[in-house]
Amino acid sequence: MRAAVIVFPGSNCDRDCKTAIERSTGAHVHMIWHGETALPAGLDLIVLPGGFAYGDYLRCGAMAALSPVMTEVKAAADRGVAVAGICNGFQVLCEARMLPGALLRNAGLKYVCQAVELEVVNSQTRFTAAYQGQRDVRMTVGNGEGNFFADEAALDRLEGEGQVVFRYRQNPNGSARDIAGIVSERGNIIGLMPHPDRAFEPELGSADGATFFQSVLASA
Amino acid sequence: MTAAPPSLKATALEFGLKPEEYDLIVQRLNREPNYVELGVFSVMWSEHCSYKSSRAHLAKFPTTGPRVIQGPGENAGVVDIGDCQACVFKMESHNHPSFIEPYQGAATGVGGIMRDVFTMGARPIALLNALRFGDPAHPKTRRLVAGVVAGIGGYGNCVGVPTVAGETNFHAGYNGNILVNAMCVGLADADKIFYSAAPAAGLPVVYFGSKTGRDGIHGATMASAAFGEDSDEKRPTVQVGDPFAEKLLIEATLELMASGAVAAIQDMGAAGLTSSSVEMAGKGGVGVELNLDLVPQREEGMSAYEMMLSESQERMLAVLKPGREPDGARIFAKWGLDAAVIGHTTDTGRLVLTHQGETVCDIPLGPLTEDAPLYHRPWVEPHAEPHLDPAKVPAPADWTAAVLTLIAAPDVASKRWLWEQYDRHVMADTLEASDTGADAGIVRVHGSMKALAVTSDCTPRYVLNGPFEGGKQAVAEAWRNLTAVGADPIAVTDNLNFGNPERPEIMGQIARAIDGMAEACRALDFPVVSGNVSLYNETDGRAIPPTPTVGAVGLIPDYAQRMGFAGMQAGDALLVVGASHGELGASLYLRELFGREDGAPPRVDLEFERRNGDFVRSLIRSGQVSAVHDLSDGGLAIAAAEMALASRVGVELSPTSATHAHAFLFGEDQGRYLIATREPDPIVAAAHAAGLNVALAGQAGGADFACHDLFRIPRERLRAAHEGWMPAYMAG
Repeated sequence: MRAAVIVFPGSNCDRDCKTAIERSTGAHVHMIWHGETALPAGLDLIVLPGGFAYGDYLRCGAMAALSPVMTEVKAAADRGVAVAGICNGFQVLCEARMLPGALLRNAGLKYVCQAVELEVVNSQTRFTAAYQGQRDVRMTVGNGEGNFFADEAALDRLEGEGQVVFRYRQNPNGSARDIAGIVSERGNIIGLMPHPDRAFEPELGSADGATFFQSVLASA
Repeated sequence: MTAAPPSLKATALEFGLKPEEYDLIVQRLNREPNYVELGVFSVMWSEHCSYKSSRAHLAKFPTTGPRVIQGPGENAGVVDIGDCQACVFKMESHNHPSFIEPYQGAATGVGGIMRDVFTMGARPIALLNALRFGDPAHPKTRRLVAGVVAGIGGYGNCVGVPTVAGETNFHAGYNGNILVNAMCVGLADADKIFYSAAPAAGLPVVYFGSKTGRDGIHGATMASAAFGEDSDEKRPTVQVGDPFAEKLLIEATLELMASGAVAAIQDMGAAGLTSSSVEMAGKGGVGVELNLDLVPQREEGMSAYEMMLSESQERMLAVLKPGREPDGARIFAKWGLDAAVIGHTTDTGRLVLTHQGETVCDIPLGPLTEDAPLYHRPWVEPHAEPHLDPAKVPAPADWTAAVLTLIAAPDVASKRWLWEQYDRHVMADTLEASDTGADAGIVRVHGSMKALAVTSDCTPRYVLNGPFEGGKQAVAEAWRNLTAVGADPIAVTDNLNFGNPERPEIMGQIARAIDGMAEACRALDFPVVSGNVSLYNETDGRAIPPTPTVGAVGLIPDYAQRMGFAGMQAGDALLVVGASHGELGASLYLRELFGREDGAPPRVDLEFERRNGDFVRSLIRSGQVSAVHDLSDGGLAIAAAEMALASRVGVELSPTSATHAHAFLFGEDQGRYLIATREPDPIVAAAHAAGLNVALAGQAGGADFACHDLFRIPRERLRAAHEGWMPAYMAG
């Protein structure tokens, strides 16, 4: 498997994603600066990492969505390459209109860093297939704007089409319908607020995140 | 040359200098200084920059050891952690700014301490903070807590360095002057440490980072003065932080260092461009000449004085190797940073500044640095509280209420409300943090089986009642917390927070607390490698409780062998390692249940501190224990309660002496550990063979936290009390 992690100015989980992918799958990971206008050939996975791209000034993810490299990320996604946006990366994907909805300020108005129990709602996606029968997974969240929002019709559509992939058992931030992660209609773009890149070895409190990356490998 | 106006001596006083210090400047220069020069002198001679009151006492600390690569005097201390790797760390206060403007004060405190660490060539990998707030009932406290916590999180979370440990106290003694001490720990290659001394004349001096604005002017002077009624008026002296700029600055700095272009480097912290340029040239024994027209400026019309004294954040100054300016330009452009070559080093030993074609400052560096004033301030032996006989301290009328009061006391209650606002997991190497039940935070050394344990400790009520013993205790507790997680303690950074050193009784606290700390550091082979002194922490003549915070780092050779207090299993025996005499002086029990703050603090027997600790560490390494917790605030009862909550197992305590059950349960004797083990007998035998005290204290199991017929508290009730205080308080 060949993977790429996009590095925006202000990304701070770029190394975590690289480490998680390498240790979970043995894949080779390219680090791609946001100013690049070409991606390496033959990628199986592109990750938009967590952090505060461009300081999250204006709106979370808003400026990063306009970075030069995003044109190539969109083109790759259109070709069917798997794209995962984690935390700030999820915000970027929503701002880039590659995923529906938006991430608002947490209902509690504060940054929340805690372990979360998740339900794997759809284990038929490229990102969750390796969970197989495992319905309960554990990761952590760390965000101030992780409150997923979409209008009722869009939420119905997401649920009806099996696009809700992860759901919080206990909602930490007020996300609509407890949604923690969604996929695109085609199923090759995922956005999630919990961090599989911080849960890839038991000593980190959970290794459930490794399965996330292994799923993509199995589908590659 | 700018002429010195006649009122300059009066201006000097406004700048925080004493009349005799002004006279000294005139003597050193052989003339009157001009306005810019006076500004430069006033910040370099401020307590904050010069350590003029504390330097003589700081010399008592042991600062060397087999692992010490760099002791005090640089931006941060550096210790060897094997495999050609080094740990770089320091703690620093941002007390005055945080009281005036809590969010920005705390945020820029975090930013400043991170810069100290990456300036040495290290990537920051962990943050800690030690916070002391006023009485929860004081009208300002809640707003200060909310602002400080949001500021720490807002900065650290964005930069992407996990905040893994800390401590938070509340006491009326901080009502007018809170303490915000931030510590940063970084990781570097041991052979790639960067220093501030400019190595030669004729080298380019490059400025990079954020532009210089009019914020924070005279921040160092403000930090060196006591507060009065007008503290709110000092808000313009507080800097404003931009964590995004800091993140870019870290990456650009580390990339510049890796390129091989850097000859010397210094961040612009307190006293900004002044202290950074003076430090680099002064330490290198060269001179420096800067053209202030070239400084990237945020606004037009800034004077030389404003530029030299600005404390705008996220700025660096580097001396580059000859001809390496293009490396810098390429890297700064990549990260979108402002940058300019603003001058060069010289062989004159002088600080020369030009602005708009005029020389606005031309002074020798010596008087600014090593030749700065040094005071041996008079001090008196501090008042010593008498030792309390535990038999004369009352037992609680209601034992259940006593336990619940202590576990919910502001100093003991869960600080989840606070640390859930800190990103504890970014960098994906956090093994133990505030939420996991361990006496120290633990982060992996990336890509290895090694881990660093980090802690911050001080018990101000002990230091107040007995500065010498309290100073010892702060060091011993840090050493004990590192030991309790299975680490080899390595070294210390200190953050000495006291009142006005011009008062002999305060100077007595400083002198004796340092004596105690130094004695403990020597006895435990625990050298001081960096530190910060914050004096004049008082408002309207009332000083804070003396608070010499100790930050410390230990090494865990194999993190599979780390230990916490969340692993106790039903059926485990609980043992107390260390002697228990029932020390109740200055105890939490006395304060929270009887409103008394008297009595001598518990004595610290450094020999047994060390022997008990080495014994417990050996038990951890040989896999004989399932949980370890140090005994501190609230004594055995609180340590056992915390272990029960973290491990989700009940505990039945068994007092050894019925007459003094309250001393047994709540005494704060030092040098002790609570350990849980499946097989107590071999441990007891080994302890006795080694001449150490060990006593059976109870048994793990069941649903309750209980002690014979004294109390039986369902664990969930205990948890509700422990978790409930802070959210309820903050919602109030």
